[in-house]
Amino acid sequence: MFPPIPNPQAKPIEAKFGDKDLIKRSASNITPAAQRQTQVAKLIDVSKCIGCKACQVACLEWNNLTEEVGINTGVYENPHDLTPNSWTLMRYTEYENPESGNLEWLIRKDGCMHCEDPGCLKACPAPGAIVQYSNGIVDFVHENCIGCGYCIKGCPFNIPRVSKVDNKAYKCTLCSDRVAVGQGPACQKACPTQAIVFGTKDEMKQWADKRIKDLKSRGYNNAGLYDPPGVQGTHVMYVLHHADKPNLYSGLADNPRISPIVEFWKGFTKYAGLTAMVAVAGFGLLHHVVAGANRVTEHDEQEAKRLAEK
Amino acid sequence: MAKATEVAPGDAVHDGNPVVVDRYTTGARINHWITAASLVLLAISGLALFHPSLYWLTGLFGGGPNTRAIHPWIGVILFFSFLGLFIRFWKLNLWEHTDNVWLKKIKDVVTSKEENLPEVGKYNAGQKMVFWSMSVLIIVLIVSGIGVWEQYFGGYFTVEQRRVAVLVHAIAAVMAICVWIVHVYAAIWVRGTISAMTRGRVTGGWAWRHHRKWLRELVSGK
Amino acid sequence: MTNSWTDIKNADVVWIMGGNAAEAHPCGFKWVTEAKAERGAKLMVVDPRFTRSAAVSDHYSPIRSGTDIAFLSGVINYLLTNEKIQRDYVKNYTNISFLVKEGFGFEDGLFTGYNETTRSYDKASWQYEMGPDGFVVKDETLSHPRSVYQIMKKHFSVYTPEMVERISGAPKDKFLKVCEMAASCSTKDRTMTIMYALGWTQHSHGAQNIRCAAMIQLLLGNIGVPGGGINALRGHSNVQGITDIGTLTASLPGYLAMPVDGEPTLDSHLVKRQFKPIQANQTSYWQNYRKFYVSFLKSMYGEKATKENEFGYQWLPKLDVAYDVLRMFDLMHQGKTTGLLCQGFNPLMSVSHADKNRASLSKLKFLVSMDPIETDTARFWENHGEFNKADPAKIQTEVFMLPVTSFVEEEGSFTNSSRAVMWKWQAADPYAQSRKDIEILADLFIRIKKLYEKDGGKGIEPLMAVDWNYKDPHDPSADELAKELNGKALVDLTNAEGKVVRAAGQQLATFGEMRDDGSTNGVQWIYTGFYGPNGNLAQRRNNADPSGMSVYGLWGFSWPANRRILYNRASADPEGNPWSDAKKYVFWNGKTWGGADVPDFVPTNAPSNGSGPFIMNPEGVSRLFAAPMAEGPLPVHYEPFESPVANVLYPKIKGNPAARVFKGDMEVFGNAKDFPIVATTYRLVEHFHYWTKSVHANAVVQPEFFVELSEELAAEKGIKRGQMVRVWSNRGEVKGKAVVTKRLKPFKIDGKTVHQVGLPLNFGFIGETKKAAPINSLTPYVGDANAQTPEFKAFLVNIEPIAGPVA
Repeated sequence: MFPPIPNPQAKPIEAKFGDKDLIKRSASNITPAAQRQTQVAKLIDVSKCIGCKACQVACLEWNNLTEEVGINTGVYENPHDLTPNSWTLMRYTEYENPESGNLEWLIRKDGCMHCEDPGCLKACPAPGAIVQYSNGIVDFVHENCIGCGYCIKGCPFNIPRVSKVDNKAYKCTLCSDRVAVGQGPACQKACPTQAIVFGTKDEMKQWADKRIKDLKSRGYNNAGLYDPPGVQGTHVMYVLHHADKPNLYSGLADNPRISPIVEFWKGFTKYAGLTAMVAVAGFGLLHHVVAGANRVTEHDEQEAKRLAEK
Repeated sequence: MAKATEVAPGDAVHDGNPVVVDRYTTGARINHWITAASLVLLAISGLALFHPSLYWLTGLFGGGPNTRAIHPWIGVILFFSFLGLFIRFWKLNLWEHTDNVWLKKIKDVVTSKEENLPEVGKYNAGQKMVFWSMSVLIIVLIVSGIGVWEQYFGGYFTVEQRRVAVLVHAIAAVMAICVWIVHVYAAIWVRGTISAMTRGRVTGGWAWRHHRKWLRELVSGK
Repeated sequence: MTNSWTDIKNADVVWIMGGNAAEAHPCGFKWVTEAKAERGAKLMVVDPRFTRSAAVSDHYSPIRSGTDIAFLSGVINYLLTNEKIQRDYVKNYTNISFLVKEGFGFEDGLFTGYNETTRSYDKASWQYEMGPDGFVVKDETLSHPRSVYQIMKKHFSVYTPEMVERISGAPKDKFLKVCEMAASCSTKDRTMTIMYALGWTQHSHGAQNIRCAAMIQLLLGNIGVPGGGINALRGHSNVQGITDIGTLTASLPGYLAMPVDGEPTLDSHLVKRQFKPIQANQTSYWQNYRKFYVSFLKSMYGEKATKENEFGYQWLPKLDVAYDVLRMFDLMHQGKTTGLLCQGFNPLMSVSHADKNRASLSKLKFLVSMDPIETDTARFWENHGEFNKADPAKIQTEVFMLPVTSFVEEEGSFTNSSRAVMWKWQAADPYAQSRKDIEILADLFIRIKKLYEKDGGKGIEPLMAVDWNYKDPHDPSADELAKELNGKALVDLTNAEGKVVRAAGQQLATFGEMRDDGSTNGVQWIYTGFYGPNGNLAQRRNNADPSGMSVYGLWGFSWPANRRILYNRASADPEGNPWSDAKKYVFWNGKTWGGADVPDFVPTNAPSNGSGPFIMNPEGVSRLFAAPMAEGPLPVHYEPFESPVANVLYPKIKGNPAARVFKGDMEVFGNAKDFPIVATTYRLVEHFHYWTKSVHANAVVQPEFFVELSEELAAEKGIKRGQMVRVWSNRGEVKGKAVVTKRLKPFKIDGKTVHQVGLPLNFGFIGETKKAAPINSLTPYVGDANAQTPEFKAFLVNIEPIAGPVA
């Protein structure tokens, strides 16, 4: 058993990280603190997950979210997708393993992966609406959010959702409020089988190693850790029985990275666009200085008069 | 393709000293200025969300969320307003052979040696290029803009489509702004032009100098 | 549970069958994942559906609902024929060597002594052969044809892997893999635990399903051993507690029996239960029955209970028949019941056959619903269209709804499946004007008593005799009641030397202190010690595990006597040494028994005395051959009452021959021609019974009733995923969304394709989830022959697509 995180004390605790610990802030230039905090991570062990949705409910409860009661559409997923109120969702895949001939029910808890290189933050135009703390948590700061949905385009995992009610973008916060006072995320606390554990990223990697060894002993030769390098690793990681085929798990990205389109947009286009506009305006100015105004002469007026009087 | 006429309804020549030529009706001018205002507001609000160094411009619209909310609606206004201009002006903006000649002598254009240029109808090739590029860009902007308009259309497109839309929107907007700069600069550079859109009139000399063919036709049809 | 939740961690193999622990017991299931992750334990799941438990298993085998006995008997046959039994254990700790009387026999699916008209057995021929010394006759060589071993070998030989496949549809290779995994625990250093729930009990032969499992565990030497056991996973946080407290009509608290007709005196009741040992030197603990019974009566009637009046025995009702819930509703249906007090119970939904239930409730004069939430039962009279076809104009039943506090709004205790009594403190104020159940009942008691005192009435003596000695008679406190359960000394108790061992008024430390002369009281002997002289031990929250064997002896109090594994003497060999170092648990240290747990044995009873570990049985050993069972001493494969095929082994027998069927209910069993599809019911992890459909967040994560079916059946019937389907049985119909899944597959039963559908039970017409007709509209009205648990898990239906939105 991974040592459980002790319950909090009744008396208030000072937050362990805050604005001074930002390493990235959307649409802003900041100087990160010299000392980075220990990086944290949530490890989701898919092989231990029983799909009970306790994490979903814990997320709703802790974050005071009210989701609509939907309908059944012939599957176990409810709601049917992430929403501005459902920041995490169990996704179920029935997979007939061609090698063993056995049916496997692959259940994955979907939600923000807290990328080390967050695409949402890169895409965000509103200063400070998306921040990354030095412990790795990527958080949305709603008072700064303008609801443009650029984060959706930036995210390689299709996670953020913009609310129709207040037009703000929402996603898992990794319970930054709980982590700040030494607790783990609510989903981790609610998970009955320790399919979700939380700790430092190093601890999580070690714990994952142990789990992978166990899975390999059960014939899952491709068991492994999902910590995709394309986004410089994530602060939410998965233990997968089929780490060679992440896509099996309800379309988990095989090689996630920030879309080249977004990179081009937020990189080249942003600078080239401004340059182009300044250049055109500058050219005009220059032209005016050099060539001067194109004025109508008295001669022109006379010519016009002559023509008109004909 | 030769046009039957270079004259739009409402264009007229009035004798006097100097000669005064009606170039734009009141309706056309209102239409133009609505378009112009929309475009400026769009450019400002768009740029505010385009580059962080310009985010402060959102202050003009009452903050980021308002800017985000208003921008697309202005876009809708622009689209329909420009549609009005398009209906008014498209015929006189059809491309002609002389436009090619004019273009080839662009050096004479920028150096104001208009005596070397062919006689121009209501619009010269430069104006036509502004017109057509704006037409195309505004269509691209409205279409890609819908793809980016999260509040109402977020659910209708895949994330990949939305990514393409936002990139196309950005590039098209940059181009539109550049075209707009050219347009505004030309109006300033060619003195006597602005009154066409303010009071609807230009002087005969202006028409003679820049749109002689148009003036001739106006006079002959008098 | 024979073992504890935490002990599952010690298992080498975990077998889940007749249950779906991951779904219905996710928190307890953590110990399965622990065993897997920390010990490398293997998990196998046998279920009609590929369940959430199966999703994390190492091996899964399908099985057609209702054929568990065939499957399990096949495993028994495998163990016997392949000699995969823990021989020392079986020989010493079971009745395998006992001889059965001459005349016992089994033919065409029936044991000797069957009476077709009464649908019951005369069990005389099932008894052991007794010697002149009054002890049972044994054959240690196990070669006597009437030895239990030889009887079993013969009896189970028909359950070959091929036969198992023919009956249950479990592919032979998958079945054999189960056998092999189970057999791997026949060694002394490995154990298997079996976890089951209502997937085994809710059959007309439910008790025999569990018997099979018990026999397998005994053959493997896995009872009383860490990581072993038969673990019944209880379905509510405190359902173990309500069974312990004796809310079933046939029992009194602590599994004492309610007197029945023909037991006019206390002695006539006791004589049938104070079992004398039938082997030398056996404990036969029920010899103490009288002490527990008298102590109970002393709690019940206080000073009015005297030696002279048989401690008030006469005030207890004498049952003519068992008034289980099926009979209660049948009587109601016959118009013989005036009123029903429904306390934390939603019988409209949870008793078989909703239409009959509604009709029954409609015949009541009054119905009282005591519940924290509005139940469907309390609204049975309301018309909800197809979801509850009631006509309020025709129903005269007066319904009272008394809102009660929920568990978090009051103090008290929970007893979990591990028999661990755990105190809970009030965490929130009562909602609005809701009152505690205790308050309401006390109020009712006092008012009714007053009415009788004022107006008189027939048979008021039992009511007047009740001892109601609480600080506030209108609101007895949880603490007072807990103390009362435990019991105390009423006078100074002295030992043989005359020394006072327990002063008058002191709480008893163990049930061993109870006396049969009226000098002690105690409602619930098995709980005695939980609130002893050292206070309320249920409040303990120390999670120390000093032995490292996952034994948390200072956490709450596990009855009996804070024992975490029952029969734990069996974890040591006859000489008192652990079977293996790996499973060292309770052992003889030369002077006393000790180890990780409280020994389930007289601590000073030396191994040399030869006393058996199964101290509750007069045999001192456990029963592979069990005469008390209603339908036979050995399990037999009987089809469910509604079955798609005839019994392959005994084609003439329909259902369990000893199961009780009420008049009119036999006729409404459906046949395989009109209803070719097997259906089963189950819970969903997202919900708790019929409660959480009234909780928003739960409704969010599972909002609507659905029907699970295979892709093959969907294709055959033209059903699309997410489409509305109608499922009907011979009794009623339900409509729901189709969940078309690979997790259900058609079975090949005796050469014939049989489909199965699954029906989750958590939906109804009251609450936040989408309205649905209760699935017990479909279920048959028949119960297990021993426990009368309704047959919810195997019945026949048909299915068709209907118009409606296709998602």
